Amino acid sequence: MRKNLLQKIWDAHTVRQLPGGQTQLFIGLHLIHEVTSPQAFADLRRHGWKVPYPDRTFATVDHIVPTAERSRPFLDTLAEEMMTAIERNCREYGIALFNLGDERQGIVHVVGPELGLTQPGMTIACGDSHTSTHGAFGAIAFGIGTSQVRDVLASQCLALSPLKVRRIRVSGRLSRGSYAKDVILAIIRKLGVQGGVGYAYEYAGEAVEAMSMEERMSVCNMSIEGGARAGYVNPDEKTFEYLKGRSYSPRGEAWERAVAWWGSMASDRDAHYDDEAELDGTRIKPTITWGINPGQSVEIDEPIPRANEVPPADRASVEEALQFMELKGGASISGTKIDVAFIGSCTNGRLSDLREAARIAKGNRVAAHVKALVVPGSDQVRRAAEAEGLHEIFRAAGFQWRDAGCSMCLAMNPDKLVGRQVCASSSNRNFKGRQGSPTGRTLLMSPAMVVAAAIAGEVSDVRQLL
Amino acid sequence: MIPVKDFVICRVSGRALPLRGDDIDTDRIMPARYLRCVTFEGLETHVFEDDREQAAGQHPFDNPAYRGASVLIGGRNFGCGSSREHAPQGLQRWGIHGIVAVSFAEIFLGNCVLLGLPCLTASVGDVQELQKLVEENPRSEVCLDLESRKVSISSNGKEMASAPASMPEGVRQSFLGGTWDGTALLLSAPADVRRIAQSLAYTRAFA
Repeated sequence: MRKNLLQKIWDAHTVRQLPGGQTQLFIGLHLIHEVTSPQAFADLRRHGWKVPYPDRTFATVDHIVPTAERSRPFLDTLAEEMMTAIERNCREYGIALFNLGDERQGIVHVVGPELGLTQPGMTIACGDSHTSTHGAFGAIAFGIGTSQVRDVLASQCLALSPLKVRRIRVSGRLSRGSYAKDVILAIIRKLGVQGGVGYAYEYAGEAVEAMSMEERMSVCNMSIEGGARAGYVNPDEKTFEYLKGRSYSPRGEAWERAVAWWGSMASDRDAHYDDEAELDGTRIKPTITWGINPGQSVEIDEPIPRANEVPPADRASVEEALQFMELKGGASISGTKIDVAFIGSCTNGRLSDLREAARIAKGNRVAAHVKALVVPGSDQVRRAAEAEGLHEIFRAAGFQWRDAGCSMCLAMNPDKLVGRQVCASSSNRNFKGRQGSPTGRTLLMSPAMVVAAAIAGEVSDVRQLL
Repeated sequence: MIPVKDFVICRVSGRALPLRGDDIDTDRIMPARYLRCVTFEGLETHVFEDDREQAAGQHPFDNPAYRGASVLIGGRNFGCGSSREHAPQGLQRWGIHGIVAVSFAEIFLGNCVLLGLPCLTASVGDVQELQKLVEENPRSEVCLDLESRKVSISSNGKEMASAPASMPEGVRQSFLGGTWDGTALLLSAPADVRRIAQSLAYTRAFA
């Protein structure tokens, strides 16, 4: 039987089979950040364990860092304590830290790829569920908890149960106004938020092949929102082109050998898949979530579902979502008033996202009642955007231009919703309370749709602005 | 493998807490603002904090009838979303020592294993029946039996119902053998790890 990429990477990284069916898997790249690592280091100290492969772990700070006033010590003493902890931990264990003030700082899932740390054929782990992002390069990337962060630090390994692979083919080309974000929202809607449990998703088909690396990252990023343990795209010429010349990419003769090895890790043409799914990419329209999980979405011109129209098993959650969101089943999502517009996050905080957002914002003006934020995914993205003058376009249109961090995606920093505010957000989760106010409401959409909503002051069809 | 006696978990039993609803995410179990910490201590006080606030005393975690419960009965896709271990840490520190649900999100499940917090799945019908029986009689005792792979409920020592419950076999063996805290196991083969590390083209910088 010919192999898919997951099987090839799994086999190459298997240290041994563990009793009971789990596999001890070598982790090629370990990324850490300030929120899910302090307790792991405390455990290492308690047991007297060392870090045998410190050069395979890289650290950055993203979740708690302010995106406006960043001088130290932070006003938030708890956040400051976490900063001090990661600085000390990295120093003591010899781990590279991309700290504030370092031009490599940024959201962990933006930084890994842009530095060339993320490469095809690798196993990658990070104490963050959106680690699936790195699968865009043809790597197998796992989000893990803190005890597993400790395991990777101490052993460079994880104990994992075998995964099945579902190939999801998105055929055709996307239409104008539809983006990678709409593709992944459509996939999650179709397969459900728990449809991926037990699986890694392989994204394929013409629409995915046509995507840039940054678009593929947006798709893979939200694999976890579909319940999948990982998500990936097979490496191709675009992958190699993206990696060429990056800080940690191989050079010279090693580059040629790297490209050959990377290519060899792609799924074989007649590889085995445990399941297949297909979507018509030409029919995907701008998509917005109306509910409290990322599977609860509609296309811009489609009515919000009524609780009595959905399968009985989903009825309670649809009712709960409609009530929380104060939306009516049967009504249009278009015209929903917003208070805040957020562009950023590990899903949609990259240069191409900001370029497209700026292109639409240019010459327009954010509605008077809307607070609008643009938060670059990394300091490198910020500098590149500023070099192109994107920050000036955003500011002229009434957006605030910030420094790099997770910001309002999860609101562990000063950027938060207040009260019942409604946020048009380019992030990845619309869970209750996700954006910092327990009763705040999130509408997930593409960055282009966030700009359209910011300008109109309500959810509106970006295709009218294109 | 030699069983580690103190870590062997064959069953979890005690009073139960029914938590209805599917897709309960870890942001709800442990709101992000409580992740601003360098230890897990004290997280039990913030479990489901925002949901409880909004339920104004009607949330199961605030119901005096369920005080002291050690088994949580959840729905479908329990623990989805963020990988934050703070969520199961908070539940465990609150007093939850076993969970039975229709299904679990995988990162949450992996976190629970490493905390010695067994998670079993049962059919939708059985889970709902169990929730109903506990709601009707909160003093009844629920037992998650890892050895016989079943969940049962009893009242005054008399079994009222039981149903098959499962977990991945490797994980089950690790609870029965007391080896669920697997770091020692991962550390026990450094030469094998080194061999794989050296066999990969990228760790040798494609030299």
